[in-house]
Amino acid sequence: MTAEAPRPFDTASAGASAPASPVRLVIVSAGVSEPSSTRLLADRTAQKAIDLLSDAGVPASVGVIELGPLAVDIAQAIVSGYPGERLQTEIERLAAADAVIASTPVYKAGISGLFKSFADVLDNDLLIATPVILAATAGSARHAMVVDEQMRPLFAFLRAMPTPTSLFAAPEDWGSSALGDRIERAATELVLLLRSGVGTAIAESAWAEYQHQFAGNASRAERAASDVDFNTDLMRLAAGGSALAS
Amino acid sequence: MQFGIFTVGDIAPNPVTGYTQSEAERIDNIVRVAQRADEVGLDVFALGEHHNPPFIPSSPTTLLGHISALTKRIILSTSVTLMTTNDPVKVAEDYAMLQHVAKGRLDLMVGRGNTVPVYPWFGKDIRQGVALALENYNLLHRLWREDVVNWEGKFRTPLQGFTSTPRPLDDVPPFVWHGSIRTPEIAEQAAFYGNGYFANHILAPNFHFKPLVDFYRERFEHYGHGTREQAIVGLGGQAFIANRSQDAVNTFRPYFENYPLFRGSSLDDFIARTPLSVGSPQEVIDKTLTFQEGFGDYQRQLFALDSMGLPVEMALEQVELLGTEVVPVLRKEMAARRAPGVPDAPVHATLVTAKYGDEAPRQPRPNPNRGDNLSGTSPYQDSDSEFEAHFPLAV
Repeated sequence: MTAEAPRPFDTASAGASAPASPVRLVIVSAGVSEPSSTRLLADRTAQKAIDLLSDAGVPASVGVIELGPLAVDIAQAIVSGYPGERLQTEIERLAAADAVIASTPVYKAGISGLFKSFADVLDNDLLIATPVILAATAGSARHAMVVDEQMRPLFAFLRAMPTPTSLFAAPEDWGSSALGDRIERAATELVLLLRSGVGTAIAESAWAEYQHQFAGNASRAERAASDVDFNTDLMRLAAGGSALAS
Repeated sequence: MQFGIFTVGDIAPNPVTGYTQSEAERIDNIVRVAQRADEVGLDVFALGEHHNPPFIPSSPTTLLGHISALTKRIILSTSVTLMTTNDPVKVAEDYAMLQHVAKGRLDLMVGRGNTVPVYPWFGKDIRQGVALALENYNLLHRLWREDVVNWEGKFRTPLQGFTSTPRPLDDVPPFVWHGSIRTPEIAEQAAFYGNGYFANHILAPNFHFKPLVDFYRERFEHYGHGTREQAIVGLGGQAFIANRSQDAVNTFRPYFENYPLFRGSSLDDFIARTPLSVGSPQEVIDKTLTFQEGFGDYQRQLFALDSMGLPVEMALEQVELLGTEVVPVLRKEMAARRAPGVPDAPVHATLVTAKYGDEAPRQPRPNPNRGDNLSGTSPYQDSDSEFEAHFPLAV
């Protein structure tokens, strides 16, 4: 026993051995002003997560996907059905993320249409079992439930793993230490999810059970015959089998 | 290598004049486009199947039957025949009949179709789309190869001692292509049977379909039909041709920008990112040659070029330019780059030779009607009399 009081959440000793390569955190921010409080909330959260990971001896990197500059690409992808090169690059970066911090402003009592449109062009299996912190900013505390009522179902559809704590910041929150506490709590949850390896374990053991897109953008997407499971009802039917069998 | 055109048979207002063709005009015009394709030496004319306005080809075999009578050399095909909402028995009958009247100048491309309400209109469940397409083709395959079929599946009533008539021309079924843009199971079925695989190709980013094509090639080899390089691959393309590049872009722009499918898309972006070629014959040639580079040697290249409300004179001119300025060069260039041992797409004559060699093809002659509209377990004079057909019990 050391004299030091135990940390409220012992993220440093949780989970198995630290991953060899740096953990990739990716921020998705739909903030559009400069500077943007939506981005600021994500940055503070990412910093806290990095600090906690660093305490545990886990190196981490943070990438940022700013949706504002991609607005036209996202709209084009919606109407054409396919992302252009620039957007494709960002989607691939998101697909490679070990954890995501998703941050959006609230407009007209809902998440930014830009954020939703970006989510709409993602493959359904892009973020399966990926730990995510949900965050939103708004001009009034009356929008506080938007994160849990709109972002949480969206990420549930994507089969991502949102942390129990979501973040919301109205103007008055920026002067309150309670926001910092909530950021720490959410970051702690994210780091614990990440370090437990549960996301990877879920994706590894249950990947075939989700709906997938052949040659899609998900990091585990089937890209060639060697990745494909031929032991399915449909594949047996494709090879002259019967849909009635078994 | 086959070159041809495929059409969805849409009607769209001409954005320059505001004129909308009547269904009667569009049907006549499609026939003229097909005739011109035949005259300029294109190899394939393929017609889509749609069951809603503003499309006219709800009954592709009727229209193709008419076209077959007015053309001499061109192979007639479909893009696609709906393998989900059509009864495979009726597909077997209709296309066998068409194959006869077209004297073998027929193959078909089967696919799922992407118009959601068509499924409920025909009493089918779109969530079962892939399974429907797979099971229905499995049945079609047998109906064209076995005189008498006993069959039970999930999606249609069982068949007892059923004979699909007429038997295919020379008892050699039309060659089948499977069209798919996202489903490895469809590519797997094409590979399993040694059939062709067609990637629509247009609308998506360049080489987007390469993983599926490669998947098909690998499975074609796996099933022992030949090497992956010998697999039978077809690709779509889209072109607008003018002698001067800028004229092509200027003329085509209003048609592209006003077409519902492309609203909100930029023509220049689409030309850069997708297989769409808009330009001089040489530009279309250069871009099409990149397909061969990217996908490997392939057997069939179809172009969409009569859509989007183009007036028929313009569509006919496009077919003419394709047939006289583009395809002759492509034939030469692609042949020169082609690896040895890569086969052409099967056609009726080569399939007959493959099956019979120098022997005369089988010409099935039915046994007489027994009086109950059945001809027994051996419907034809040369049917296998050992085969046991299960007929419905008489009541």
